[in-house]
Amino acid sequence: MSLKVVGTSVRKVDGLALAAGGPLFVADEIPRHTLVGRALRSPHAHAEIVSIDVSAARALPGVYAALSHHDVPRVAITTAGQGAPEPSPYDTFILDKKVRYVGDPVALVAAETAEIAAAALKLIKVEYRPLPAILSIDAALAEGAPVIHDEPEAEMPIPVHYEPEKNICAFVDVASGDIEAAINAGDHVIDGTYEVHYAQHAPIEPHTCAGWLDQYGRLVLRTSTQVPFHARRITARALGLNVRQIRVIKPRVGGGFGTKQEVLLEPWVGALVLAAKRPVMIELDREEELVFSRTRHPQRVRMRTGYLADGALTGTYMEVHSNTGAYGSHGLTVMTNCGSKTLPLYRRGEVAFRGTTVYTNMPVAGAYRGYGGTQASFAQECQMDEIAQHLGVDPLALRQKLHIRQGEGSPAFAMLGEGKEGVEQIVQSCGLAECLKQGAEAIDWYGKRGKPGDGPIKRGIGMAALMQGSSIPEIDMASVTLKMNEDGSFNLMAGATDLGTGSDTVLAQIAAEVLGVSVNEMIVHSSDTDLTPFDVGAYASSTTYLSGEAARRCALKVAAQIAEVAAVELGCDAKAIHLEGGYAVGPEGRQISLARVGAISLYERNQHQIGATDSAISHSSPPPFAAHFVEVEVDTETGLVKVKKYVAAVDCGRAIHPALAEGQVEGSVANGIGYALTERFIFNEWGKVQNGNFGDYRIPSAEDMPELVTILVPTVEPTGPYGAKSVSEININGACPAIANAIYDAIGVRLRQTPFTPEVILDALDAKARG
Amino acid sequence: MIVEFTLNGEAVRWEMPPDTKLLDALRVQGLIGTKQGCREATCGACTVLLNGRAVFSCALLLAQAQGGTVETVEGLGSVSDPHPLQRALVDASAVQCGFCIPGVLMSAKGLLDQDPNPSEGAIRRALNGNLCRCTGYVKIIEGVTLAAEEMRRRV
Repeated sequence: MSLKVVGTSVRKVDGLALAAGGPLFVADEIPRHTLVGRALRSPHAHAEIVSIDVSAARALPGVYAALSHHDVPRVAITTAGQGAPEPSPYDTFILDKKVRYVGDPVALVAAETAEIAAAALKLIKVEYRPLPAILSIDAALAEGAPVIHDEPEAEMPIPVHYEPEKNICAFVDVASGDIEAAINAGDHVIDGTYEVHYAQHAPIEPHTCAGWLDQYGRLVLRTSTQVPFHARRITARALGLNVRQIRVIKPRVGGGFGTKQEVLLEPWVGALVLAAKRPVMIELDREEELVFSRTRHPQRVRMRTGYLADGALTGTYMEVHSNTGAYGSHGLTVMTNCGSKTLPLYRRGEVAFRGTTVYTNMPVAGAYRGYGGTQASFAQECQMDEIAQHLGVDPLALRQKLHIRQGEGSPAFAMLGEGKEGVEQIVQSCGLAECLKQGAEAIDWYGKRGKPGDGPIKRGIGMAALMQGSSIPEIDMASVTLKMNEDGSFNLMAGATDLGTGSDTVLAQIAAEVLGVSVNEMIVHSSDTDLTPFDVGAYASSTTYLSGEAARRCALKVAAQIAEVAAVELGCDAKAIHLEGGYAVGPEGRQISLARVGAISLYERNQHQIGATDSAISHSSPPPFAAHFVEVEVDTETGLVKVKKYVAAVDCGRAIHPALAEGQVEGSVANGIGYALTERFIFNEWGKVQNGNFGDYRIPSAEDMPELVTILVPTVEPTGPYGAKSVSEININGACPAIANAIYDAIGVRLRQTPFTPEVILDALDAKARG
Repeated sequence: MIVEFTLNGEAVRWEMPPDTKLLDALRVQGLIGTKQGCREATCGACTVLLNGRAVFSCALLLAQAQGGTVETVEGLGSVSDPHPLQRALVDASAVQCGFCIPGVLMSAKGLLDQDPNPSEGAIRRALNGNLCRCTGYVKIIEGVTLAAEEMRRRV
């Protein structure tokens, strides 16, 4: 199969429009007289609202709406932005009579200006009855702990373990066999506990949502969402409307990384629009985005692994404690993904997984690129190095010996699903061996490892191997609509949600490949719940794999319709026609341009709209694989860790657009390095985050970034469109373990807790010196 | 108050409240290419050139533009006639979500106006105030380097 469009780095279809600074984002184009919406937020980590009075705010000139929990429907929802029924608890209200973390919304106002809105918030009188706050996983599970979700409405919409009276948001306990016997069959047993911290996605565009009532009285929400269809459904439930009464438009989105899967602003804006009868926009400020939107689940991951003297693993027990914060968004599934996105990577013998997700009075966690894979890869990949060190073997060689191969499965695939049992899988494409080989060469693994140097600045080399998935099997669905115009161009309408990822371009490439045209013939529109077909949205590394497959199938249907029209014109059988270079080509070189086919179909003969909609569901979630290698410098006097070089070798199947795939890798790696070294919340004793700004929550800047080498190792995934798998999430998972392993190589200190700040390094060196 | 300055090569005279931020003034006037990402002078999405220097327009008053020249992304080029920097960033696949890109472009233009042949280090320094969460900066730096080459060829 010779590919013309797929596999080439065509110009991104929205690239120039974005670079020209056009009105593409929510805040760039809003109706006239749009009001400014703002939230009043709780100063308490845990409190009952004894009374709340918004009347003075409502009376302020220029204020059009002021809402407390008395003024909005009391319907429990989850903001998680997942398919229905969600695997996250219904434990959230538009506004509630209780607050559960510092920053929980208490009231909403809509006013003519930001200044009036701020003044109105000050006029709201709230009487709180503070409650004891839970600020750690252990405190949540302690006997007699205060109950965070004591409201009677809290429930899990699917039949899984949910025990809010014990602050347990989710619990899973599964095993492939007799795990104790398997672990004890090893010559050695290693038992390690690894902890990862809070972090935030930090899209440069904060969550932004504008809403208004259209001329038919329908609620229109133009919003920076990853999940327009789920946003419509969840907002309808929260407001007591029918889905048909809401239209969700997703314009360009300024980055999401998971946090814009959360349906945070849409119900608020809807409530304010319905109350004010005027357009309203809410734009989170930076502190709200960093602390009060959604975050990565902090976790404690214990791994107990039995292994033989030759390195073979006999069994692994993984135990996860996950902190979901005040609400249970993605509390179950991030936790189960800890196992399903790591354990299959190695031949482990028997595996067992036990996970507990707890509520605390801390910032709310949610979906974040990596989604459990990030957290548990830190544990797994540090432990692999520890096993190698104990056995005195090269950690790279140990991974090369043990990693999963094409044709192999893992009990962890079927053991762990997302709210139900998982799906048994055999890996049908695996380029990990090549990733390990090429990555090691690029970092000079054998030349540089184990040579920390003599000066105060020590050098170290470390690595990690990684896997993720592509879509949620037997749950996700994507659709694409194509219609043909009389100039031979096509409208491609996708529910898939390009949030900067380039999926509009990737879908256009796939359809163009099938139809034998260039990407210039594709006019892409995403997404609008009134106009584009259903797609679950941008999450779970699903868009290229699943929406791409929908685009391919849809284009095949359209190609068949084109062939029917062309066959009459060319006087041949439709089956003898193929599409190439903008023409329908028949036998003996007879051909007709697609523009002619389009014109005939619309104006001349047997007129009809050439077009189709098709959908794809996933039956498996083929893992992409990666091997990450890093070179660090550790300053033993200041404790500063500096990444000098980072190599990411990645098997994402066939890269539909190699440069965009590289961009996904590079952005993920940068985010991973920030997570490992500088990004963290600093809490005060009351559970308030003290550093909700970019000055003190440091994400990497251009000068912070090391030399970054991306290697795409091509494979062909038979179930993916043109052999594609996912690429966007996996590469955030490597930095924490690879850097920890490199720090060990540099200074001989094993760090089992992130992040690796100068204080942590100096403390560890002190502890080592004291023996 | 009334503020007179040169905006993207044209003389303008804007009347706005004295505490109006330059960022808000631009956006109210329809120049929405300049983005708001933090309003705290930390993300760089609102970067414009004031008298040739890259500045955070969220941290400046409109009044500070009095008598000066302001350049924004709208002055660079358009979809049909892009500036070499705009074209190069797109061709380098440096534009993912694109929200930071107008600010990146203005910082890069400020640099190339001063130094048509910058080193990679100089590019990183010039862009250090422009946070990007999507790209890891690799392709942004490639794009600015490409644009500099292209602009040197044109001169």
